[in-house]
Amino acid sequence: MSAAFVWTVILGLGLVTALIRYSFLGLFHRVAIPPRLRTVLSFVPVSVLPAVAAPMVFAADHSAALPVAAKVAAALFTLVIGIGTRSMMGALLAGVAATPVVMWLAA
Amino acid sequence: MQTDPASPDTGQPRRAFLRGFLVTLPLQIATVPFGLVFGALAVELGLTAWQAIAMSVIVIGGVSQLVALPMMAEGAPALLVILTAAIVNLRMLMYSAALAARWEGVGRGPRLLAAWFLNDQSFAVSQHRYVERPEMTPAERAEFFLGSGCCCLIFWTAATVAGALAGSRIPEGWPISFAVPLVFIAISVPFLRGAPNLAAAATAAALSTALHGLPYGLGVIPAALAGIAVGTVLSGAKR
Repeated sequence: MSAAFVWTVILGLGLVTALIRYSFLGLFHRVAIPPRLRTVLSFVPVSVLPAVAAPMVFAADHSAALPVAAKVAAALFTLVIGIGTRSMMGALLAGVAATPVVMWLAA
Repeated sequence: MQTDPASPDTGQPRRAFLRGFLVTLPLQIATVPFGLVFGALAVELGLTAWQAIAMSVIVIGGVSQLVALPMMAEGAPALLVILTAAIVNLRMLMYSAALAARWEGVGRGPRLLAAWFLNDQSFAVSQHRYVERPEMTPAERAEFFLGSGCCCLIFWTAATVAGALAGSRIPEGWPISFAVPLVFIAISVPFLRGAPNLAAAATAAALSTALHGLPYGLGVIPAALAGIAVGTVLSGAKR
């Protein structure tokens, strides 16, 4: 990765994110957020996170350290523990702990 | 609007800053693992430790940073990486609007600082405090938020440093990049309530997997937009 590329991403993402944060606080702070926009935005995390995560789980890994079946098993385990315990940390720790186990089972 | 009509009792805002810092402290147990994952993965995927740390300090958006990393490693165009990762941060529009409503008369300084380090935790903690203590002045509210933000900034940066230093020592063959989807699944869990949210998540996951053949993770944006659309339509139908 060239340094110019990395710094472009870092500074670009930093700038765009700062503008998003500054929007109502500084740029148009007399404007109330429209309810319709609020509804749309409330679905951003719940859509973006699975959109990013799903292909990482379901598609074959280029390093192939983890077969797809093992990844799906570890991901499902994380999801089930998360829903069962309603704990973000519990889910993450369970998933991380399960990964070497499924790797070993798949090997 | 720009001058600070902060209460004459100037001792109060300082105390609010410290309070904000302390109240946010226990939550750092959640920040640290994500920072470690980001730092380690960034180094593994080819960023230098300094670049990883700079990214954490400049962006302060863990999820967007973790979204950007694999795309960068794949050599996606910078603009596409920025756009995809920025979509993740669009939720902060809501936070910005909610804070603005409580910060009437607060000067430009705190607003600019918020543009730098407004994050999920500080927003949630502050909003909770504002509701609990309606007697707080806008200046105190801003100070409370800034204290909370400083706490997150310090721990997020420190965890990134630790992760970046550890990352170069992680043995070859350890699938640490697989921690990224696990992190995202763990973060999604609290949102997975009710039909509109579940449908949004399922749509986005299915479409994104179907579009996985596209280069550079190009499928993520349409998949996320489809999920947002499905959730919005369903929530409208329910009302």
